[in-house]
Amino acid sequence: MAKAKTDVERCKACGLCMHNCKKGALTMTDHINSRGYKTILLDEETCIGCGICYTVCPDGVFEIVE
Amino acid sequence: MAKTKKIPNLCNYAMFCAGCGHGVLVRLICECLEELGQEKNVIAAIGVGCSCHLKSGINCDLVQSPHGRAAAVATGIRRAEPDKIVFTYQGDGDAYNIGLAETLNAAYRNENICVFTVNNGNFGMTGGQMAWTTMPGQKTATSPRGRNIELTGIPIKIPELVSYSFKPAYVARGAVTTPAEIKRLKGYIMNAFQAQMNKEGYSLVEVMSTCPTNWGMDPIVAQKRLIEDVIPYYELGEFKKRGE
Repeated sequence: MAKAKTDVERCKACGLCMHNCKKGALTMTDHINSRGYKTILLDEETCIGCGICYTVCPDGVFEIVE
Repeated sequence: MAKTKKIPNLCNYAMFCAGCGHGVLVRLICECLEELGQEKNVIAAIGVGCSCHLKSGINCDLVQSPHGRAAAVATGIRRAEPDKIVFTYQGDGDAYNIGLAETLNAAYRNENICVFTVNNGNFGMTGGQMAWTTMPGQKTATSPRGRNIELTGIPIKIPELVSYSFKPAYVARGAVTTPAEIKRLKGYIMNAFQAQMNKEGYSLVEVMSTCPTNWGMDPIVAQKRLIEDVIPYYELGEFKKRGE
């Protein structure tokens, strides 16, 4: 089953993925990436690989992989 | 379930603000170019302002144009390189205010180029000054009491003007809001590139986007404002379809 894969170093903590995720699989963490932004955390168990996060993310954090 | 999706090789990490719609548009342009097999056959003319950050967002040949003159620079590139894909990447302040003459003249001549403009209702990079696309009553750095349309005119709609006044190949307005709108926007971009590859002429795709930094809003609140307040004025859709 397809799942989202994240590259949190690209994340700018805009929260659009969390807002659009129908399954609530994404949460904001206090982890700071190398660019100084907070990052999101993906719950792989909840993710259904629908690709909405890939579509709405302005920064290419997500890829959908098998 | 869904297909696998990979960030296009053409697409880099772009230096836009958090939640800015530019990033999605850059990715969609890269996806369309890769799907058309044109990723190594493209030259972009970029405007001044936030659109300058396309330099960091895409791995292709770029020409940095003087402010507003991207359509004129793209015309020159087109004359010198008739077989390349040529597009401009501009903001609303660049294409519709400072470069209005170049944008309209390229459309008037039906140059075989694609023009992508991101309309976020202000001059983003310089600190959110009022542009011709600013909504009535909207507070900006240069309209602190809200835009007075009796004094400054009503927000300009270039896609409508171009499609009704000239004979372009393709004109559309999309938005970077919901996943459905983003997918529709990709279709518009694909049509614009295909029109150019078939030498049909000028195509313009305006993209309604948020500017969370200068609107002073959270990206999600800014998107809500875009959907509820701005898009009802700037109607989305295709104004000139190919072959019409």
